[in-house]
Amino acid sequence: MSPYAVKLAIRHLLSHPGQTALLMAGVALGVSVFIFMSALIGGLATLLTLRTVGSIPHIVLEMPDRDPVTLSPNAHKQVVRQKDLSRRDQIAIWQPVIPIIEQTSGVTAVSPQIRGSAFVERGQTVVPVGVIGVMPGKLSDIADIEAAILDGSSNLPADGILIGSRLARDLGLRVGQVIRLSSDRGRVRSFRIGGIFTLGIAGADRQTVYMNFTTARALYDLSTGISRIEIKVKPAIDAADIAERLRRSTGLKATAWTEDNAQLFEGLDAQARTGTIIKAFSLVTIIVGIASAMLLSIVRRQSEIGIMRAMGASNGLVVSIFVLEGTLIGFIGAIVGAVTAWFALLPLPPVTEVSSGGLPIDPQQGDFLLAITLTTLAATLASILPARRAARIDPVEAIGT
Amino acid sequence: MSSQAIFSVSGLTKRFAEGEAEVLVLKGIDLSMTAGEMTALLGPSGSGKSTLLTILGTLMRASGGTHEMLGVDLMQASEAQRTEFRSKHLGFIFQFHHLLSDLSALENVMMPAASAAGRETPAMRERAMELLDAVGLPDRRNYRPSAMSGGQRQRVAVARALINNPVLVLADEPTGNLDRQSADQVMDLIRSINQTMATSFLISTHDEHIAAQCARRIELLDGRIVQS
Repeated sequence: MSPYAVKLAIRHLLSHPGQTALLMAGVALGVSVFIFMSALIGGLATLLTLRTVGSIPHIVLEMPDRDPVTLSPNAHKQVVRQKDLSRRDQIAIWQPVIPIIEQTSGVTAVSPQIRGSAFVERGQTVVPVGVIGVMPGKLSDIADIEAAILDGSSNLPADGILIGSRLARDLGLRVGQVIRLSSDRGRVRSFRIGGIFTLGIAGADRQTVYMNFTTARALYDLSTGISRIEIKVKPAIDAADIAERLRRSTGLKATAWTEDNAQLFEGLDAQARTGTIIKAFSLVTIIVGIASAMLLSIVRRQSEIGIMRAMGASNGLVVSIFVLEGTLIGFIGAIVGAVTAWFALLPLPPVTEVSSGGLPIDPQQGDFLLAITLTTLAATLASILPARRAARIDPVEAIGT
Repeated sequence: MSSQAIFSVSGLTKRFAEGEAEVLVLKGIDLSMTAGEMTALLGPSGSGKSTLLTILGTLMRASGGTHEMLGVDLMQASEAQRTEFRSKHLGFIFQFHHLLSDLSALENVMMPAASAAGRETPAMRERAMELLDAVGLPDRRNYRPSAMSGGQRQRVAVARALINNPVLVLADEPTGNLDRQSADQVMDLIRSINQTMATSFLISTHDEHIAAQCARRIELLDGRIVQS
């Protein structure tokens, strides 16, 4: 690229400020759309992931299945395997496992739990619920129950219980009232409602109750063991890898949240593909816009190109001028678009604080650098064909001698 | 080619295809010019003046015959070689000035040299200022073409044609778009440059008044030289 080509390209852009500004504005608009779509699709994925995995364990450790193994598989014989249901599913020796889990890279919270089914009785109404017995100080390790308390407190004394808002509404319960709970082990006990929470997940708000770890032991006849260990990891998307590591290090069955939420992944993937198509269209628009403008410019400047060719300008010089003009329009337009998009997205609340009905836009996922790079590249490509056409202009025809 | 001849063409022909038919525009031109010559090329419209000028200017190839200039066989030269030759040894003045509208008068004068070199140099700038002085426009060097009169633009075009110290300047109706006064000024300028710089000029014109100012006249009729 000769300095003279650079001079002529810049001079032409500056000599036609209106036309240059209009072209750059078109590019800037395309880039803004590109960034907006990236930020929206990324933000939406983050929000959905947060909403989905925010209140659920990322990994669950349980006792592995004790099904018998077929020692000599034989295709010609029918084998019947009977599931071993003779013993309770519990992790009997769990205390030594906890430090191993806590030291595993990516793990942010570990919550040993006692779980079971129960019935809440209120008058003639009986409602099935899932009971979670949590250790002191670990109530909010998996779902942020403390932040979700609508009424009452999150304290869990031996006779206290926390219930979901839908369950409270269905049974007409309030904080301070006493309810009877019958566990699937046949134990019946009364609890005072200490707090009512709402997680925004219908299943959890209607069917989950939290209680003291020790109380749950008694209710489910687990003198030393626990039902499961729930784990949070960061980033949540790495859960499958971390689960595999935990399976190897603890010997327990490890299930990542991604296994149970394949549909969510498919949805996010489809959404990302849609976003890619929209972004591709933005780029195509930019390419078509710049190529059209360049072609028009070449028609308008035909005689000037012709005179330059007649005066000895090489094909390379003519190509350089037009490619550089297109590249500059693309690059500066992309910068303007990126800066505009940045300022436009700046006042929007973070994805985690988006209110209902608001757009979950995450400027961090706006792909600013990618937008600038792709647009500049696209502008350069869009200019090459018109530039080559300009270089092929016959000076004799162009000048009209 | 004689020792003083800067170019010579012999048996030069040019055919153009018009649909399925072919039109022979130049029908065997024999011509040479010596250094410092100022020649008028006359002829009615369609006689082949512009085509001859275009071929001599290496902007178009002849269909047949020979074309040599400064010892170079321009019929055999590649397009890149012809472009380089053109930028080094030939100058052009057209009926319309064809100045680049984005550049100042000074930058327009430098354009052929800068295009070939890929940059503007202080030496080019100095030479361009000398030429603008020579054509009587020292105070217009920073003016854009749109801010100058027709005569001034054409004088800038004359200066531009001279920036590379060409051996031959080919001028196609250089005063065709000018009023009589401006036309006389441009012709005075061309004559003066021809005398002081010993640059050869081949001027295509319809105008007997212009032709009368040239030392030699060549008349073209129906693709043939009828008087030389």
